[in-house]
Order: sequence, then C-alpha cells, then structure tokens
Amino acid sequence: MDFLKKLFGGGNEGSGQKAKDRLRIVLIHDRTDISPQLLENLRDEIVTVLTKYMEINKEKIEIDLDRDENAVALVANIPVIRIKRGSVEMQ
Amino acid sequence: MSARVIVTTSGKGGVGKTTSTANIAAALAKFGKKVVAVDADVGLRNLDVIMGLENRVVYNFIDVIEKTCTLKQALVKDKRVPGLYLLPAAQTRTKDAVNPEQMVALCEELKPDFDFVLLDCPAGIEGGFKNAAAGADEALVVTTPEIPAVRDADRIIGMLESMGKSPIRLIINRLRPNMVQDGDMLAKDDILDVLSIDLIGVVPEDESVIRATNNGEPMTMTLDSPAAHAYLNIAERLLGREVPLMDLESYATRGLLTKLKQFFTGGKRRR
Repeated sequence: MDFLKKLFGGGNEGSGQKAKDRLRIVLIHDRTDISPQLLENLRDEIVTVLTKYMEINKEKIEIDLDRDENAVALVANIPVIRIKRGSVEMQ
Repeated sequence: MSARVIVTTSGKGGVGKTTSTANIAAALAKFGKKVVAVDADVGLRNLDVIMGLENRVVYNFIDVIEKTCTLKQALVKDKRVPGLYLLPAAQTRTKDAVNPEQMVALCEELKPDFDFVLLDCPAGIEGGFKNAAAGADEALVVTTPEIPAVRDADRIIGMLESMGKSPIRLIINRLRPNMVQDGDMLAKDDILDVLSIDLIGVVPEDESVIRATNNGEPMTMTLDSPAAHAYLNIAERLLGREVPLMDLESYATRGLLTKLKQFFTGGKRRR
C-alpha cells in the first residue's frame, strides 16, 4: 500500500511542517534581536526611572535578553540599596 | 489626478518583485488606469526587459533628477496597452546616484499625471531599498513559500512599518498547490500566521512566467495563464474590489490526476 500513500501524498508528515516550525523559531529570534547600543539606551533609561523611586547599585545591574527555543524574555537583575520613602507620595 | 504610490519590495532577491510590478502595472492599465512603473533598481535594471521595452529606453530617471532631460522625455510609453508607462533606471550608475529626498521629489512630479506609480525596489535593505520606499505611501511585499524569503519579508515589513507605510500587503508568489497538498510546502496560512499582515494575492508557480519573460510581454496583457489570472485579481483588489482568492486546489487536483495518469502509463510527469 506504500505506493498508494505516496501516490496520494498522505500518511507521512511532509517537510512543510518542519519549515513552519523552523520559520517560527527563526522569527522569534530575529524580531527580538537587539543592538548593543539599543540595550545600552534601555539600561540608561531604566536606571533613570528607577532612581526616582529607589537607590540602586548601578555597578551591578544586569540587563539582557534571555532566549530559549520558544520565547524571549527581558531579564533584569538590579540590586536595590534603599527605597526612597516619600517618593511615591510625591507623585 | 493624484497617484497612489506603491513600492514593490521583498528583501530577498529573486522572489518575483519585477515580474509582479510589471504584471500589476499592465493589469491596472488594462482596467483603464494611467500607470507608470518606475524601475528603482539603479545599476541592475530589469523592469525594461520584463516589460519588453528595453529597445525604447533613451533616458532614465537619474537623467530626470540631474535635469539632463525632462520627465516626459524619460517616460517610455507602452504601445500595447493604453495608459501604461515605464520610467527606467540608469544601468551604468550606482544606487548612490540618488537619495531619498530626490526620489520623493520624483514621485511628487509623477503624481499629478497618473493614477498609480509603482516602484520596483531592489533587493536588500540598504540605500536602494530606502530610496525606493521613501517615495511610496503603500507597499506590496513579495515572498515565496520558503524560509529565507519569509524571513526577509518579515524584516522588510518591520522597516516599512517604522517608515509609516500603509497599507502593507503581501503577495505570496510561486506557490505550488501540489506540494502544499502533499504537506511539502509552507501553506498560505502558515505564512500569514507568522507575518500577520494582509494578503493581497497568491500567485501559483507557472511556466508561463518564464515564457512571458522570454517574450518580453507581461502575462496580464494576454491573460491566458493561472499566474496572469492571479495578478489580474491583485490589481482588482488594489482598486478596492472584492475578488475571492483563486481556487488553487483545482490546480492541485489537476496535479493529482496527472499523478494517476503517470501511475497507469508510467509516463513522466509534466507540470
């Protein structure tokens, strides 16, 4: 019966599905590709916003994009020294 | 009259930008519109050849920008279809011979005299693309059902969006219904899922594209092939008419019948 399957194109999973899966992953990565300059700007602006509310250790900030097969996350590790009391009320 | 200015682009080369531009231009002219197809691929011009007008090119749009000639002198009128014109690119210059501001000015100069200005963009994302896209309001993105083409289309769509082009619509070119049916090719919906932009048409793989290029006659002028039909539909949709997508399944079925025939006769498959 193999020849019939082949004849009517059924049965086995075609390479189209593989293309679809590979394309999806390639695009996830392409779309979140970030230049070092952009990451630097992002870091600076995050620091500016955060320092309005808290004192942070600027030397030990880690900001990066964390990629796995299916998703991308922006991961930030920012050591806080103290919260600026009263800053919230000021807003 | 103030023309709609539409850039045909793709990122990746060889997916059918120039063929699409020529066929859509001819189709729009057939519908009674006044159309100019501008070859924005300076240094690697080909739209003149695809349209079969290469022997009539005297000036090009760089000459117009540098005021060596008037716009009217550079326009090549297609004698086969009323209202169809070509504005050729310079072949012996490079993409640096023009800047985006000059392209915008050129398009502005064309607008009052036409219903449509179609810009055939070079492959790539550098200067040539930026020049061609600068003058356009709308964009057509051409892709084929392959990972490299769709990936580049995604990149181009992002750039067109950030340039404020709207609408940006997708042409899926060279689709093989048989292979999609066999699960061996990205389907229309697979591509639309990942790119998430509006589709304006699907053009099936068709040998008559090669014949048309050999003959220098856009298919939409003769209208006797599936690809011609698809491009005509795209032109109608550009005009705002509701046209259902072609039944590509029927081509696939034909393929299946051919397969059966091949099975019984042991003959070589011809498609």
